[in-house]
Amino acid sequence: MSQTTAPTTARAVKTKLRAEGISMIFRRDGKETSVLDSVDLDVYDGEFICLLGPSGCGKSTLLNSIAGFLAPTSGKVTIDGEPVTGPDPRRIFVFQERGVFPWLTVEGNIAFGLFKLPQEERARRIAYYVKLVGLQGFEKAYPQELSGGMKQRLEVARALAVNPDMLFLDEPFGALDSITRLIMRGELLRIWEAEKKTIIFVTHDIEEAVQLADRVVVMSARPAKIQQIVEIDIPHPRDISSPRYLELRDGIFEQIGLAHKV
Amino acid sequence: MNSLTQPRKWEKFFWPVLAAAVFLAFWHYAVQFSGSKIFPSPADVLNGIDELMKKGVLGSYIADSLHRVAVGYGLAVLLGVPLGLTLGWYPAAAQVVNPVIQMARPISPLAWIPLAILWFGVGDAAAMYLIFLGAFFPIVVASMNGVRNVPSMFRRAGRNFGLHPAALLAKVVFPAALPQIIVGLRIALGIAWLVVVAAEMIAVDSGLGYLVIDARNSGKRYDLVIAAMLMIGTIGLALDLAFRRLEKIKSVRWGFRLEA
Amino acid sequence: MNLLVRLRPWAFIALLLVAWHVAISRQSNHLLPDPLAVGGAFVELAQRGLLFKYIVASLFRVTWGFLLAAVTAIPLGLAIGWFRRAEMALNPLIQIFRPISPLAWIPISILWFGVGDVAAIFLIFLASFLPLTLTAMNAVGSIPAVYINAGRNFGLSTAGIVWRVLYPAVVPQLIIGLRITLGIAWLVVVAAEMIAVNSGLGFLIVDARNAGNRYDLVVAGMVMIGLIGLLLDVGMRSFEKIRSLRWGYSED
Repeated sequence: MSQTTAPTTARAVKTKLRAEGISMIFRRDGKETSVLDSVDLDVYDGEFICLLGPSGCGKSTLLNSIAGFLAPTSGKVTIDGEPVTGPDPRRIFVFQERGVFPWLTVEGNIAFGLFKLPQEERARRIAYYVKLVGLQGFEKAYPQELSGGMKQRLEVARALAVNPDMLFLDEPFGALDSITRLIMRGELLRIWEAEKKTIIFVTHDIEEAVQLADRVVVMSARPAKIQQIVEIDIPHPRDISSPRYLELRDGIFEQIGLAHKV
Repeated sequence: MNSLTQPRKWEKFFWPVLAAAVFLAFWHYAVQFSGSKIFPSPADVLNGIDELMKKGVLGSYIADSLHRVAVGYGLAVLLGVPLGLTLGWYPAAAQVVNPVIQMARPISPLAWIPLAILWFGVGDAAAMYLIFLGAFFPIVVASMNGVRNVPSMFRRAGRNFGLHPAALLAKVVFPAALPQIIVGLRIALGIAWLVVVAAEMIAVDSGLGYLVIDARNSGKRYDLVIAAMLMIGTIGLALDLAFRRLEKIKSVRWGFRLEA
Repeated sequence: MNLLVRLRPWAFIALLLVAWHVAISRQSNHLLPDPLAVGGAFVELAQRGLLFKYIVASLFRVTWGFLLAAVTAIPLGLAIGWFRRAEMALNPLIQIFRPISPLAWIPISILWFGVGDVAAIFLIFLASFLPLTLTAMNAVGSIPAVYINAGRNFGLSTAGIVWRVLYPAVVPQLIIGLRITLGIAWLVVVAAEMIAVNSGLGFLIVDARNAGNRYDLVVAGMVMIGLIGLLLDVGMRSFEKIRSLRWGYSED
């Protein structure tokens, strides 16, 4: 089972999120499907975690129950010691770029979660996050006028603007082309280092996980269990041809049962 | 896409004008050739329109028809959109009410004419009630489906940012459903325009529909019949075009497929 | 779904019927029928042999008008959609004709065909023809160019493209168009029968009122119209469930 070793990276100190015995069973037409099987996971404050597994293995279900969108059949999730009972603006879920609201402009999308702030502060935040994700000049544009990468950055900006302490990203770069995806990874790391958020990132891309995460949580096929937690002890920026990088990557390839030859 | 060469600019005007000219010429010569004394030629229809304008009935009939549509359709929008949103929002309520709606919907609004006359007498109110019935169900169904088809991702995102149900409805679900609602409103307006003409043929004694039937019954004035039909077509087209402008507004345009 | 939840819509219908009954019984005006009187009207119509006869008459007119429109309008619309210049030429004419209520054609159709079945069929034909033409035109226009290019790439002739790419690609949209149009045709036949003929469900409604304020028969006619309209719609929808067509409809 999963042994949760505390990461050696300097930033992590205290536990931010604790998932204990999360199981999920879906009932449909009288048939029961077990999707998650008693998953335990600790996430440390400021950590970047990747949930890695094959498509349809249940990692999105795990993320959705951590975010409070789905109640697990058994087990519980606590964040900062408080049990999670539903979604909360302190932790924002980022979908693939389809989650931006097509009826709002770039500004409108970023302002969406800021309805409690006074006008001035709102304008200041919008300007700041437009700049942070590099969408200057597109403030009045509608999503259908933006490229896929721009929409994705917009959704990240909308999430960051409410100053959450956690971000949940569900295969956020899945629909982007490979060059844009690489650029977006760099951007996300830059933003993560600047804003010190705890990030849980779901992906099925081994390279992506090893490039981004402090720890990679490798999940087995349905019902999903934690197979292994791999600590990526390479400082950023990571050299993706260094022996250590290749060693860690190949270790995960083997763990999943794939020969890394094409 | 289909014809390989791109049409030139002049063709945009040339072909429609040619088609209209061929149509009018065919009509003109068909009437002349058949020697019909009853069926009017295009020129007769133009004279008919002129006569109606001089008598001053054209303007007042158009105003009567539009007034009935405005009241009946307006009421259908005011009641139908909120009801549809509610039913879309509460699936349990929709499950209970939907069968009744589905059964009431295919009853032709015109089949209500006897009841409308019984309840409201011959006059404006009966016609408005029929228009209301014709527009109400399509609006309810479009609003309900609009809400149902909102991707759950949008709702989740809204809840994630801490919106309460009322705010979620106003700021996420309604704008997300709006394109589909607008399509429903446009279709309903088309039906309203169809129903007002029919209702005026039976239940009242003014308006463009009444003009059609009256021109025939009082002296077989088919030039006036066709003049009235032409007005019905033109106004219907204008209403539809006005509505299509709404679909071009940027905050709803995302919901419409790009025109081919 | 459990039984109790499934019974709720029926409970609601029962509630409406009871409310209707109570509302009538509290009224002094005896023109309006209560649900039982409408049930009695059905029995009376069936015994006099009128119910079946009128249903057949209405369906006969709709079938002919609708089928004639479908076999002429769909090829025409596909052709117009395929030839860009034809679309430019004819679109404005179609747009002017379309919003003319089919019922406004009643005087002309009586002039040409006299009072009778043909006039009613002509009205239904008119009501169905333009919507179907437009549907077919738009369906061709919205075929992604890649489909056509793929067809050309595999060496299909023009006829091959029409038959093996164009036609299957437009069928889902055509079926939606046919369903909506059949709804309009059903609406129009009722109106046409109220004015232009003396049989059918539309005639039943007007006749029942004019001949002695028999509102029980009026409401029975309305119920029949609703039921048949619903059946037609459900029937058309079953086409949309065919697997090779499912791709054309948004999943919900």
